[in-house]
Amino acid sequence: MKKVLVVAEVRDGQLRNVSLEALAAAGILAEGGEVVAALFGPNTASHAEALGHHGAGTVYVVDHADLAQYTPDAYSQALKQLIEFVGPDAVVLGHTAIGRDVAPRVSARLGWGLVSDVTALEAGPVFVRPIYAGKAFQKRRFEDGKIMVTIRPNNIAAGTADTGKTVTVVPFEVEIKDLRSIVREVVRKTSGKVDLSEAKIIVSGGRGVKSADGFQPLNELADVLGAAVGASRGACDADYCDYSMQIGQTGKVVTPDLYIACGISGAIQHLAGMSNSKVIVAINKDPEAPIFQVADYGIVGDLFEVVPLLTAEFKKVLV
Amino acid sequence: MEGTVKGFVAQRFRGGTRMQLAAAAYVRQQRHYEGGILVNILVVMKQTFDTEEKIVIQDGKIQDDGVEFIINPYDEYAIEEAIKLKEEHGGEVTVVSVGPDRVEKELRTALAMGADKAILVDDESLFGDEYTTAKVLAAVARKTGYDLILGGQMAVDSGAGQGGPRLAEELGINHVSTAVKLEINGSSVRVERDVEGDTEVVETSLPVLITAQQGLNEPRYPSLPGIMKAKKKPLERLTADDLGLSAADVAPKTQVVDQTLPPKKEAGRILAGEIPAQVSELVQLLRNEAKVI
Ligand SMILES: Cc1cc2nc3c(=O)[nH]c(=O)nc-3n(C[C@H](O)[C@H](O)[C@H](O)COP(=O)(O)OP(=O)(O)OC[C@H]3O[C@@H](n4cnc5c(N)ncnc54)[C@H](O)[C@@H]3O)c2cc1C
Ligand SMILES: Cc1cc2nc3c(=O)[nH]c(=O)nc-3n(C[C@H](O)[C@H](O)[C@H](O)COP(=O)(O)OP(=O)(O)OC[C@H]3O[C@@H](n4cnc5c(N)ncnc54)[C@H](O)[C@@H]3O)c2cc1C
Repeated sequence: MKKVLVVAEVRDGQLRNVSLEALAAAGILAEGGEVVAALFGPNTASHAEALGHHGAGTVYVVDHADLAQYTPDAYSQALKQLIEFVGPDAVVLGHTAIGRDVAPRVSARLGWGLVSDVTALEAGPVFVRPIYAGKAFQKRRFEDGKIMVTIRPNNIAAGTADTGKTVTVVPFEVEIKDLRSIVREVVRKTSGKVDLSEAKIIVSGGRGVKSADGFQPLNELADVLGAAVGASRGACDADYCDYSMQIGQTGKVVTPDLYIACGISGAIQHLAGMSNSKVIVAINKDPEAPIFQVADYGIVGDLFEVVPLLTAEFKKVLV
Repeated sequence: MEGTVKGFVAQRFRGGTRMQLAAAAYVRQQRHYEGGILVNILVVMKQTFDTEEKIVIQDGKIQDDGVEFIINPYDEYAIEEAIKLKEEHGGEVTVVSVGPDRVEKELRTALAMGADKAILVDDESLFGDEYTTAKVLAAVARKTGYDLILGGQMAVDSGAGQGGPRLAEELGINHVSTAVKLEINGSSVRVERDVEGDTEVVETSLPVLITAQQGLNEPRYPSLPGIMKAKKKPLERLTADDLGLSAADVAPKTQVVDQTLPPKKEAGRILAGEIPAQVSELVQLLRNEAKVI
């Protein structure tokens, strides 16, 4: 019986799905013990109920003005104080921009180990994580005592909500001081778009799209499917799109249910970022393109012909 | 005068206790801030497999015979940024790595790009997990002193992304991760960072640790004269003793139980026929066979 703390995350007013996945992981780690969760920042308390429905018995709401915007100083101070108060055996965070930044700091401050970017749990507990961008997997365990992990979105399945469950909401006061950085501005490029790391479907374009405008048919297909749009480094280097869309060994590593690669040759560095997707579709005019070796389904053809037809066909069946 | 102080400090504290080392670093640090200038830039860098390499595993161990090694691509951005800052503001760039003897090659590449000195901690008793590595790097940083530390946002092999934030915490300094633009003015620092596709503008001050994201710069290739010079640039090897550390101080908090290859994928299906028919078939397969739509 263990006590497990989940650090939940709210982005654009929405509870992130990875936080529900973290609760599922926490449920396993707790071995029948207690799962508690934390929400940081103003206006997040309204998400406590959803956390409760997914297994958190108590939700600590850490509402402090300095937590409105992520900074490593503010978040690490708050999280450390909460951990010291709650005294968990294990802490689970999402491997998100925030989780991957604050977890190493807090674990260093507490003198704990940390296993990052976990995609599965096994008995022990043993934590499975991809290495070499998915070309291999590593299994890790903790030496003794305290456990801290960040989990990769989209890999550990969230449980179903039990709306009968009640949750205790506890405001938690923290003292935050000596902040060494300020966030001057946030330039939103992704608002309204589906987040790549959490997307269930990704439509991705390579150098084969030939121009920035060439992404238009891909965007239309993505709209119909509720998908995110990604890219190869080839497309990013050619300035057809922003580097934030890059998938691969030096970009994002994604594991959607469906990955549709359009005009992407399938270089090893690209495969590293997407080959663990559940189903892969390749559209490429070169039948010899290596992308077909990892694809579940392939169409050899011109993407500018295939993609609009695909959009039209999905429109027909998805109404 | 400055030279004398530096020499004195270095001599006096060589091989000293951890307290003495910290005191020496403190003296150096104070001198730097008084001028508000960038004097000492550290780059923490790691050797990784070339991204083209296939992974071979035997008995749970990743095989490295015959493997091509490179500088971790994100660390290349960090090295380039350090050299650019030096060219703009002056100062000295020291590249630091914890790893085996073979890492000398990548450190020499960094020296050939324009770094001034290299430090390699090639003491096996100090190899361990992310907790261990950060403690060791912190000991090196305390020994050398620093105004700015640069590193990669993650290593493309083990990929924990813990290195930067952990090291900053060990040293008690601030950090800003995934930088795509860095400006330093006196002791003030302005960073544009990538946050899952959005850009955040952060202001902070030295000393600080910054981790590099793709897009920060375009790393240069070492020039031929650069390569020649690099052969003579200082590369210092340090052990636990030199750093006042013992294996017990930095014993890992986690262990690798096993390493495996992903399950082999079955060969996929290339559709045939007229394109519109293939498209209809694909939609049916995705809905009824793969059940992902
Ligand atoms: C250190 C390092 C890190 C790297 N990291 C990454 C990474 O993270 N992600 C990444 O993606 N790459 C990465 N790369 C680059 C990688 O090696 C490839 O260069 C890149 O993935 C190629 O992009 P591409 O497939 O879009 O382009 P190309 O290889 O040029 O392929 C274009 C494809 O489009 C097809 N095509 C052209 N026109 C059409 C059409 N009308 N219809 C259908 N198909 C068409 C062609 O047949 C071809 O297969 C990295 C490289 C290095 C050295
Ligand atoms: C010889 C050797 C033996 C190892 N033995 C073990 C072991 O016994 N158990 C185990 O769990 N792991 C072991 N490791 C892996 C090691 O713990 C990790 O490589 C290390 O902690 C960094 O984690 P990472 O690779 O995920 O890098 P990240 O945390 O993703 O790296 C982020 C950044 O930190 C910096 N950085 C990371 N590592 C280094 C370094 N070594 N030197 C300088 N800068 C660095 C770089 O700037 C890098 O871009 C070993 C590694 C080596 C090289």
